[in-house]
Amino acid sequence: MDDVTALTATTLAADVRAGRRSARAITDAFLDRIAATDGAIGAYLAVDVDGARAAADAVDAARARGEALGPLAGVPVGVKDVIVTRDLVTTAASKILAGWRPPYDATAVARLRAAGAVVLGKLGCDEFAMGSTGEQSAWRATANPWDLARVPGGSSSGSAAAMAVRSAALTLGTDTGGSIRQPAAFCGVVGLKPTYGRVSRWGAIAYASSLDQIGPLAATVADAALALEVIAGLDPRDATSIDAPAPALTAALDRGVRGLRVGLPREYLPDDLDPDVAAAVARARAILADAGATIVDVSLPHTRYALPAYYVIAPAEAASNLARYDGIRFGARAKDPADLDALYARTRGEGFGAEVIRRIMIGTYVLRAGSYDAYYRQAQQVRALVRRDFDRAFAEVDCVLAPVAPTPAWPTGATPTPLDMYRADVFTLACNLAGLPGLAVPCGATAAGLPLGVQLMGRPLDEATLCAAGQVIERATGPAPRAPWPPRGAA
Amino acid sequence: MKLLSRAEVDELAHLARLAIDDATRERLRGELGAILEHVAMLGEVDTAGVEPMTHAVAMTLRLRDDVPGPTLPVEVATGGAAVVADGGFVVPAVIRE
Amino acid sequence: MIGLEVHVQLATATKAFAPVPVAYGAPVNSLTDPIVLGMPGALPTFNRAALVAAVKLGLATRSQIRARSRFARKHYFYPDLPKGYQISQHDEPLCEHGAIDVWIAGARHTVALARIHLEEDAGKLNHDGPISRVDLNRAGVPLCEVVTEPVLRSAEQAFAYMKALHRLVRALGVCEGDLEKGHLRCDANVSVRKVGAAAFGTRVELKNINSFRFVKAAIEHEIARQIRVLEGGGQVERETRLWDGVAGISQSMRGKEEVADYRYLPDPDLPPLVVDAELLAAVQATLPELPADRLARLVAAGLAFDDADLLTSDAALADYLDAAVAAAPGSARTIATWIVNELLRELGGRPIADSPVAATALAELAAAIDDGTISGKLGKDVFAKMVATGDGARAIIEREGLRQITDPAAVRAMAEAIVAANPRQAEQYRAGKDSLLGFFVGQLMKASGGRVNPQLASDTMKALLAGA
Repeated sequence: MDDVTALTATTLAADVRAGRRSARAITDAFLDRIAATDGAIGAYLAVDVDGARAAADAVDAARARGEALGPLAGVPVGVKDVIVTRDLVTTAASKILAGWRPPYDATAVARLRAAGAVVLGKLGCDEFAMGSTGEQSAWRATANPWDLARVPGGSSSGSAAAMAVRSAALTLGTDTGGSIRQPAAFCGVVGLKPTYGRVSRWGAIAYASSLDQIGPLAATVADAALALEVIAGLDPRDATSIDAPAPALTAALDRGVRGLRVGLPREYLPDDLDPDVAAAVARARAILADAGATIVDVSLPHTRYALPAYYVIAPAEAASNLARYDGIRFGARAKDPADLDALYARTRGEGFGAEVIRRIMIGTYVLRAGSYDAYYRQAQQVRALVRRDFDRAFAEVDCVLAPVAPTPAWPTGATPTPLDMYRADVFTLACNLAGLPGLAVPCGATAAGLPLGVQLMGRPLDEATLCAAGQVIERATGPAPRAPWPPRGAA
Repeated sequence: MKLLSRAEVDELAHLARLAIDDATRERLRGELGAILEHVAMLGEVDTAGVEPMTHAVAMTLRLRDDVPGPTLPVEVATGGAAVVADGGFVVPAVIRE
Repeated sequence: MIGLEVHVQLATATKAFAPVPVAYGAPVNSLTDPIVLGMPGALPTFNRAALVAAVKLGLATRSQIRARSRFARKHYFYPDLPKGYQISQHDEPLCEHGAIDVWIAGARHTVALARIHLEEDAGKLNHDGPISRVDLNRAGVPLCEVVTEPVLRSAEQAFAYMKALHRLVRALGVCEGDLEKGHLRCDANVSVRKVGAAAFGTRVELKNINSFRFVKAAIEHEIARQIRVLEGGGQVERETRLWDGVAGISQSMRGKEEVADYRYLPDPDLPPLVVDAELLAAVQATLPELPADRLARLVAAGLAFDDADLLTSDAALADYLDAAVAAAPGSARTIATWIVNELLRELGGRPIADSPVAATALAELAAAIDDGTISGKLGKDVFAKMVATGDGARAIIEREGLRQITDPAAVRAMAEAIVAANPRQAEQYRAGKDSLLGFFVGQLMKASGGRVNPQLASDTMKALLAGA
């Protein structure tokens, strides 16, 4: 029997459309894959077996009736637990939302379903998308399928790990400071963060409203492009969603990079950069140059201020967005509170994990009346300067090539302090602050077999250029392999 | 290294309605102190005349037509709440309105 | 020194940031959606009608309307505030530096406004012993917060301002103005100053003044309280006090955060709000005559102030007046008097739309009185017949021969007959009993079926009795 789960989403969709495979058979194969792998990896928080089978059967029935099928018909997808799914428990990996059954779908999920995709279940992540290792979940940490003793990255830990082991054909994650790109790089898969406003945030449980974006993780650049085409587009329910035509990414995939100007920002390539990471970037650079791109040195001088700016803006918006969690209308609620204040304080103190509490406290601090100008306003101004750096660079280049993370995946439990963990985001944060699109693509591995990735960042709304360049890299390196099963580190 | 005072941590915890125990308070003094110390470097940047950034693509607020959409049935609106009485969300008595 | 903050509930079909209907008295928690409930992942979208209403109010108050304004999140924890923050406006409100004209004791005052901004309402708490129940039907309803400068100097002025604001928002159609439903809610900032002192004292905020009649009482009570404190040698504390309308006293809210830090944040879910010239022009074109201007116009046309005030308190009533005056331009004052006294009494509280007498018909009656065709007294009879039959004034006058007698010779003749018939009274009058004039005039009126012009009757009698 062929291994259906080794096939790309693009292939699966074509097979279903052509009648070569049934959606049901595909979904069952992925459900089996989950059963085989997830005990060790812990990518899934919940698997909706009945719902997935029913959705797959519906696709098969539609095909039998001769109806036109959507571009992702029959493709099984996993959804990060900070993305709302109707009637399917959604907790943002937090105790404070234990058992919450949403009465609606996120727009991105609705569009996937409308395209015929089959939702397999909810994928684990760091609580409220705050974290870079997957270890901040209230429920269970996710392991990196390439080495179970290492972190898969975060916050879209389950989305990346499931993709790595192919227990989904596509996954949805969110990226606020690198949370799609970094785990994608750690797990050896493709991760695409769209331009801010490209994909509706309706149904994305808010962490930092001006930074959050939903995006796909996938086995190939083509799959990620296909997924983004389906979920992107104006949504009247999200006032920050951009009124731009849906990007024609699949059509642009094979246009190559001849004549493309690719910038290498010196601030992202310090002399003491991890040698494996530096080698991955060098390899990608060589591939693009060989394919006809021009490599240009550029400077993004405010890069080092991206970290502090992010860690003012994101916690401030998080403190605000999480003020609604009080147990009164939904979610967990403290028992027998002495009075109203105790209801609030105990519900939230007991319901939120340590990292969430830290960020809420920082956010509360910087928004106090006396601190606002020096912190939040200043950070938003620095943010404008970070963006200006990119705009100036894009006068000379069409996209920027950079590392995704300072190191490959590190061992679980090895992050000494919160600030150390924050520093790991140093290469991904600026892209969110600037609102630009970013694509992480696998580019080799360490000697020990740990995946390495590189990222491409582009002009607003120019995901097409990123996908074209990513496609060239993928062609040269070969499509990213899936993680071997059983994995290294298994008992 | 910068440490927040216990009073400062308590004040933040109260403003954010987060009940924390003594051990957490002590830990947070150092963690928050370190983070705030780091982000203070933002003050080095000359931002005179720079407009705070609001969106990746210049946008203004779209207006919605004043037409009613669907409402949630009361059972669904209140179905996720731990304590409900007569259709209302229940909280310990508030002393004054 | 008094400043008022009034929350005006805008008359829109849906809420400010959610496409959920606005309705009074709906079953508990039946007017919600994920946005109203503050559910994870929900996002706000802004109601055009709320903007139009706010711009209309801004134009009507001659405010500076910001071309670009922002919504801000105002954070505090309370069960009626589902998101843990209210979407409001802070640094960049929609309107600033406007004014509302208020008529106080017959004189026109201009009350300066600090700002008018948009925000959403909170839900309601229903108290029930050891628990309270939260109803979010009202959560998210659009409000304009109208803030005066602290320029009001007495409870009377505050009351007059509230009434003027109430009248204005109803005339504009931006608010239904039903006070029973809480469409206007008021907080007051009050401070006092010793006579001769340069600076004003500490400001106290009074909340929960939820009806007009409490505005005056609450402010008077607070002024008296502050004076008592100062005269007793104490200090007025800067605080927030809750008005208890039932007990007629205010209570300190001490024990809560004294000066709340709302941690305002420009709302990242809502890009800047733009009001362009096109919108301004479109709204400007819908502005009706403002009540204060209408009142001034009527006073200039000769109406008594109190009549003009009453007539501009209701747009339909003012429209009726205008229609009548259009039909009989010279009779404005008489028309006004007749509406205020006779017609409103006849309606007995029913709306002017129910009037049994059309505006043009009333105009006809007023004109007949003013041109002397009938006397005012007979006019009341005619009016009663107009109500009963629906016929026009002049038709009734002709049919029943009610024309006023104005021929001096005829009146003289009748007067002579009366004097001749009453020699004893005539002699008493001539001897100095002036009060008997009324008797003679009365007899003349009776003899003529009330049709002699009263002034002419009086003058003729007087002259005759004097021997002329």
